[in-house]
Amino acid sequence: MKILVPISVVPDTTSKIAFTDGDTKFNEDGIQWIVNPYDEWYALVRALEITEKDGGTVTVISVGDATAEPVIRKALALGATDAVRVDTKPTESYVVAKELANYAKDKGFDLILLGKETISYNGSEVGGMMAEFLGFPFISLASKLDANGGVATLDRSTETGTEVVEVKLPAVISAAKGMAEQRIPNMRGIMAARTKPLTVVPASGVQGKTSTVKFGLPAAKSSLKLVDPENMDELVRLLHEEAKSI
Amino acid sequence: MAEDRYQHHDYYLIDELLTDEHKLIRDTARAWVKKEVSPIIEDYAQRAQFPRHLLQGLGEIGAFGPYIPQEYGGPGLDQISYGILMQELERCDSGLRSTASVQSSLVMFPIFSYATEAQKQKWLPRLATGELLGCFGLTEPDHGSDPSSMVTNFKDAGDHVILNGAKMWISNAPYADIAVVWAKDEQGVIRGMVVERGMEGFTTPETHGKWSLRASATGELVFDNVKVPKSNLFPDIRGLKGPLSCLNSARYGIAWGALGAALDCYDTALRYSKERIQFGRPIGGFQLQQKKLAEMITEITKAQLLVWRLGVLKNEHRATPQQISMAKRNNVEIALRTAREARQMLGGMGITGEYPIMRHMMNLESVVTYEGTHDIHLLITGMDVTGFNAFI
Repeated sequence: MKILVPISVVPDTTSKIAFTDGDTKFNEDGIQWIVNPYDEWYALVRALEITEKDGGTVTVISVGDATAEPVIRKALALGATDAVRVDTKPTESYVVAKELANYAKDKGFDLILLGKETISYNGSEVGGMMAEFLGFPFISLASKLDANGGVATLDRSTETGTEVVEVKLPAVISAAKGMAEQRIPNMRGIMAARTKPLTVVPASGVQGKTSTVKFGLPAAKSSLKLVDPENMDELVRLLHEEAKSI
Repeated sequence: MAEDRYQHHDYYLIDELLTDEHKLIRDTARAWVKKEVSPIIEDYAQRAQFPRHLLQGLGEIGAFGPYIPQEYGGPGLDQISYGILMQELERCDSGLRSTASVQSSLVMFPIFSYATEAQKQKWLPRLATGELLGCFGLTEPDHGSDPSSMVTNFKDAGDHVILNGAKMWISNAPYADIAVVWAKDEQGVIRGMVVERGMEGFTTPETHGKWSLRASATGELVFDNVKVPKSNLFPDIRGLKGPLSCLNSARYGIAWGALGAALDCYDTALRYSKERIQFGRPIGGFQLQQKKLAEMITEITKAQLLVWRLGVLKNEHRATPQQISMAKRNNVEIALRTAREARQMLGGMGITGEYPIMRHMMNLESVVTYEGTHDIHLLITGMDVTGFNAFI
């Protein structure tokens, strides 16, 4: 099976979030970049498990400039066969999805597997758009995936239960928690990543359709209120009137 | 122990001096430590047990013989990678790092440097994976800082030698499959050899009751007329140069490792100072706590620059034993001071196993003593700058 895993490069979860240029740009100073955990822990690891069992290749692809390469190397160290970088800034989901689709359209991938969302912009948009551009079916939020004989069977977990879906390949599938377990690269993988191909392809020049007017941080957390354990009425009142959670 | 929330501290942007591969190796080692070791280390240390099941994982992250070439099963990394790995291991526990240091610098290094091709092929690949565990016998009950006075000796007996004597304070000894042993021949010349578990007359009694490095096994090596085949002797190396070259490599790793312990203590104290409220505000807002934290990060930053530069020199084969002594002495010293100050900042919590500080502090009391004591390293620097020998 020939699998493509699109990966996003995102700020480490401990990063301090700040903005520049009149709050229209994310401040990248001092940011440590990582592979988007949904792409790495679930999509990539499951793709590796499938090909380790049944044979095949896993290509990772990322839309980004040269600063993305150390992060892409980690995906290679985890076991991906080869990597592709589409050489442009990933400004918005449309650009990313279209660039990815333009690369993938004539490469004969059986399965395109990516995380359900990025932890940076949380758009959950790229998978669906990419499927549309390629004319493939798209199934989101798969927490379990098996694929063989040109068919993928997957579990979709929702808040209300589980749906088991079967789909003919090729297809685009987005991976949610549970699909696989995080792997840590070993030294053999890191050494092998030195010589695995990382191909840089020029972007096809897709133009974005949106622009960010303004970013804002979430409101600061309000201070802690302690309620006497004997005073349940007050707790209920606060949850209802102030927290508005019940 | 509470969840391992460690974050790296890089006040002078020293990461920019590292390669992408260095950082990948560091992230990998840290992720492995957080997943496999942090949740269990306190328990093993409290029970004074050696977490032997970690050996395979240590092999997989490249912690055994990082700079041993790939043809012998090692990853063939540079000296900075070795240092980074030791830093990440000791960030969790000095005992864990000691296990890897001994295997790498005191067992694999001498086999790689002084053994025959057949000896290298026999042992190095299996040491690299952690299938075999090794130890190093130099120190004796009556000869610590003065190894040239050792009494362990061997006599020629045809196709083998007969080894007699005892070694003490040997990390990994109780579980080791092989021991690199330094002993005197009939002319009093120091030679190196590999003694294998199972050889008749060779025993490794464990040293109990340690208050330090409790998650690392320490023991003795006792040789009672042990027949060692001559094919286990290193062919050419003679004199103290052999064991001292191993210590050089190990001390270099310790300089990085101790820095890891310092970073963990600082990280713990810094986080605690932001969360612990006294007199209505976080204790990090009080001047005396800030003094401690500011001094810690200053010393840590200096120590980071020291080992980075030493690593560059070592990669270029220009690092002198005296420069390595300075780094080992300085970094262990600042780690101990950081641990003691951090322990105070945590108040009573600082003495519990909920936090790693007291364990680091006790571990570092060994680290300041082994591989050349604090005082001996000072005399090495003293002799280097004055030209006068103050040892004897």
